[in-house]
Amino acid sequence: MTKKGKLALYWAASCGGCEIAVLGIDDKILKVAEAFDIVFWPCVMDGKVRSIEKMEDKSIDLCLFNGAIRTSEQEYMARLLRQKSKVLVAFGSCAHEGCIPGLGNVASREEIFQTAYHDTPSTDNPEGIRPQPETEVDEGILYLPIFYDTVKTLDQCVEVEYYLPGCPPEPERIWDAIVAILEGKLPAPGSVIGAETTVCDECPRKREEKRIKEFKRTWEIIPDPEICLLEQGLVCCGIATRAGCGALCPTVGSPCIGCYGPNEGVEDFGARMMTALASVIDSEDPEEIDRIIREGIPDPIGTFYRFSLAASQLRRTALTTGGEDQAAASA
Amino acid sequence: MAEERFEPKIVAFLCNWCSYRAADLAGTARIKYQPNVRMIRVMCSGRVDPTFVLKALSLGADGVMIAGCHPGECHYLEQNYKAMRRFSMLRHSLRALGIEDERVRLQWASAAEGVQLAKAINEMVDQVRALGPLNWPSNWSEDVDAAIERIAEEHTEAMEVPA
Amino acid sequence: MSEKVGVYICHCGTNIAGVVDVEEVAKWAGENLEDVAVSREYKFMCSSLGQELIEDDIKNEGLTRVVVAACSPHLHEKTFRRACSNAGLNPYLCQMASIREQVSWVVEDNEAATEKAKAMIAGAVNRVKLHEELEPNLVPVNPNTLVVGGGIAGIQASLELADAGYPVYLVEREPSIGGHMAQFDKTFPTLDCAACILTPKMSDVGAHPNINMLTYCEVEEVSGYVGSFNVRIKKKAKYVDEEKCTGCGICIEKCPKKVLDNVFEVGMGYRKSIDRPFPQAVPNIPVIDTESCTYFQRGKCKACEIFCPTGAIDFEQQDSYLDLDVGNIILTTGYDLFDCKAMPQYGYGRLANVFTSLEFERMCNASGPTEGKIVLRDGVTEPKSVVIIHCVGSRDENHNPYCSAICCMSALKFGHLVMEKTDAEVTSCYIDIRTTQKGYEEFYNRLLEEGMNFIRGKVAEVTDAARLPGEEDKLIVQVEDTLLGIQRRIPVDMVILMAALEPRADAKDVGLQFGISCSMEGWFTERHPKLDPVATMTDGIFIAGAAQGPKDIPATISQGAAAAARVQGMISVGEVSIEPVVATIHEENCSGCRICNTLCPFNAIEYLEDKEVSYINAALCKGCGTCVAACPAQAITGAHYSNEQIFAEIEGLLYDVISGNGAKAPRVEREPVPA
Repeated sequence: MTKKGKLALYWAASCGGCEIAVLGIDDKILKVAEAFDIVFWPCVMDGKVRSIEKMEDKSIDLCLFNGAIRTSEQEYMARLLRQKSKVLVAFGSCAHEGCIPGLGNVASREEIFQTAYHDTPSTDNPEGIRPQPETEVDEGILYLPIFYDTVKTLDQCVEVEYYLPGCPPEPERIWDAIVAILEGKLPAPGSVIGAETTVCDECPRKREEKRIKEFKRTWEIIPDPEICLLEQGLVCCGIATRAGCGALCPTVGSPCIGCYGPNEGVEDFGARMMTALASVIDSEDPEEIDRIIREGIPDPIGTFYRFSLAASQLRRTALTTGGEDQAAASA
Repeated sequence: MAEERFEPKIVAFLCNWCSYRAADLAGTARIKYQPNVRMIRVMCSGRVDPTFVLKALSLGADGVMIAGCHPGECHYLEQNYKAMRRFSMLRHSLRALGIEDERVRLQWASAAEGVQLAKAINEMVDQVRALGPLNWPSNWSEDVDAAIERIAEEHTEAMEVPA
Repeated sequence: MSEKVGVYICHCGTNIAGVVDVEEVAKWAGENLEDVAVSREYKFMCSSLGQELIEDDIKNEGLTRVVVAACSPHLHEKTFRRACSNAGLNPYLCQMASIREQVSWVVEDNEAATEKAKAMIAGAVNRVKLHEELEPNLVPVNPNTLVVGGGIAGIQASLELADAGYPVYLVEREPSIGGHMAQFDKTFPTLDCAACILTPKMSDVGAHPNINMLTYCEVEEVSGYVGSFNVRIKKKAKYVDEEKCTGCGICIEKCPKKVLDNVFEVGMGYRKSIDRPFPQAVPNIPVIDTESCTYFQRGKCKACEIFCPTGAIDFEQQDSYLDLDVGNIILTTGYDLFDCKAMPQYGYGRLANVFTSLEFERMCNASGPTEGKIVLRDGVTEPKSVVIIHCVGSRDENHNPYCSAICCMSALKFGHLVMEKTDAEVTSCYIDIRTTQKGYEEFYNRLLEEGMNFIRGKVAEVTDAARLPGEEDKLIVQVEDTLLGIQRRIPVDMVILMAALEPRADAKDVGLQFGISCSMEGWFTERHPKLDPVATMTDGIFIAGAAQGPKDIPATISQGAAAAARVQGMISVGEVSIEPVVATIHEENCSGCRICNTLCPFNAIEYLEDKEVSYINAALCKGCGTCVAACPAQAITGAHYSNEQIFAEIEGLLYDVISGNGAKAPRVEREPVPA
């Protein structure tokens, strides 16, 4: 019997959907178990960080890391698993490009804490207690991880060999990637494992030349079942989103929201959407153009950067509050 | 002691046919303007991808100017209208990201408008200087190394077998 | 393998070196910029010695990239590309930094200028390392030429080409060539009769074996590119068989229907329902106007058919289409006249004896509606006094800001003709008299001597409301005489409005059809206002005459000949190189979303239905890069202006900023935690 490889799976700032997606490969999970010893998978089995720390560097053959980096503890785990793994895969949209946790970058830590621990109607916090990075107790100082102002993607913290896009990645694509890894048929390090074209390629809808007079919200129209949703005015991100999902959303009449991230080589997903949509606005009058954009796209960040804000060129909104306090306090 | 004046760094994209020639003309006519703008030649303002603007800002530019032929005078017939639409879209997003309007400017300048281009550059430099440095990379420059280091230390200590 | 970049900083005498510390910049570039193998400064890089410096370094130092920091690339990019080429380096591996026009000439502070020069050079060095070798494409030039517009510009261009031995298709929308010039009486300043000098040329065109004259035709579609355009021509039905018609004119004589001629006679005279615009028309073949023809309107008459001795009348004729292959196109589509009704204060259309300049031309013309007699609208009364108003619709911010160039001289000509043919007193109300060409000022002096009156002032109003004695039954011209500083009311019998020349109403559509641009007003835009006045931004499409801007007959003819010369040059070389700066769609990345399909004004982007991807025809692509920037999948790349090249340039330009904030540090910023 050939020597089994070692596999680790970890989650940082994520919803858990990626863990379920791994199980979505069904009985093929047994093949994974045949090929690998699973050394670490906190969501599924008991394990200790200490045991990972004690392992030799590069002794884990493959680590599938899902989740964005929101806290110092997550970044510690990212660095640790990087050090211990031969191949580190940013698994799913959060690790790849920040995903929904990354949308937290529209606010600062201060604003998030204010909302979460004070302002929400369901909060019952009469003493105004907030998590502190350090608390002095009789036995000594207790520490909590630092909650970052800015959510980071995995590759903004450590070097990543491969990316597996999607929120979550489709089970078929996960299996394809595992097969590629098992067979050693991997692309060059730094690559996204997936298609090199966009969702339109898989979308069955009929496409024509595009000229947009008005952007529509999904609740405003009942889309024609045959025609390209963008041509009907819906902001469908399929034009800019990497293929691989099988065009699930547009096929059932819901515009693509971009979870598979940008196509090969793209540095900023939102910019691709902005430039493509703006290019086909059917007006030459600056005021009308402004109106079409303002009325049709009330939330540009949520529309263009729903999954990729943390990985975008600008990464976040301008930071006006928060900042040094917590990090400084813990240093 | 007078405080040192903030000198913004601005990247400008000039189209080959009108605005780059306006810059040529400003030079030939020795029209002085502030040195803060560094120019990149593109064939048309329609080549300017919003990514270029985001890239420049993310690298630390304090502002970006996009200059092209006047509407209706594009050497590629109508491509500056695309620049106009993208600019409108980009500004909409930049506002949401908290970047002031004055930092990204769309400027029309014909090949004959050296004076106007110089004036627009001076105006923009003054406006951006008044806003102060953008220094966008500072938005994610949290120093967290010490905190992470401490987690490692904590773990090491915890693993030590008490004597 | 890393590149070996040579950096050359030009002093341009003291133009650059007087402001930028060139020695310091050269030293800095050599020491601080990655991959710079050679960094030199030199007095005049564009001199042959400067160019040799580059060539020698390429050969001896093995440079793979060259950056020249000097003047604007618009001046010397070709020079330095050629130098690279001479030394065996692909010319596109050279990049210029404009440190004269953008630095030394515009920055006051020497230190700041030196800093800016460094940043520009850092940008150029960063960029040039990512340049790719490009080769221009050579395509053959079809020797046939299409000339659009049969006015004097088109006639001249066609004759020049045809005489040189090349085939020409001359397309004219009206039934005859001749254009506006055929409507004129005399031409300034020599007063030769327009017909006398024009009609021989028209006949030459008609008889020339190399000219295929397509009158009563319009261009429907243009595709292709320089050297091989495909043009579809619509031949409007004339209802007269051109092969059979001898031009005898019996049909015209016999046609019972007479209608107002609003085109050639500008509403001053009549024509028949079957007619030619004027007796000397070329071709001399009449056309049936179906709008007024009794047969077409009521189903009977056919007088023309009955009397035609050759059986040339064909009521069944249909519009037909003709596809042409041509290598070059010359657009000589001319101008429209300003609609004087847009200035109601001058009373045109309301006051009978207010005439436009073109109406007056027709009136003076011996073969015109009054047989050359200058009379009031009643057709009999000779005017005793005439005012000519200049700049009607020109030099007027409410209408056209530009000068129409020909009106001053035409007004002088009109003054002369009025005084020659009548006893009337003529007064010109002008803003400035512009007589810039050969013999023009002399003609002005002649009119001063002949007794024409000149009042410097823009006319406020022409009215028939008499207020003072002597104004009854007259037109009163209210004008401020700005030289005397007084208001004047001049009672006259006739007023002539010197109407502005305007772009053709459909100029912008025509521009789009041929892929060339128009100014805001609608004049076709030349490639360069001084150095390249008859070429356009679209290779193989040339412009001449008033379509490019108002001009008089000599200037129009010069341009027609110039455009023809340019075309002859292209034909005699036989092939043309197409700039390799074009966009390419990478099929494997294209999902066929069709965002780009509407973005190319040159129709270079097609959608391939079978492959479900879009495709760029490189020969049609002009390299603007708009589709590159628009592609949501980033499946389009633009040669010589790729994203990577531009990103690198941005990073170089901001080298000093980045070194301060660490923004460009590699994405992985930290070492893994120690064990």
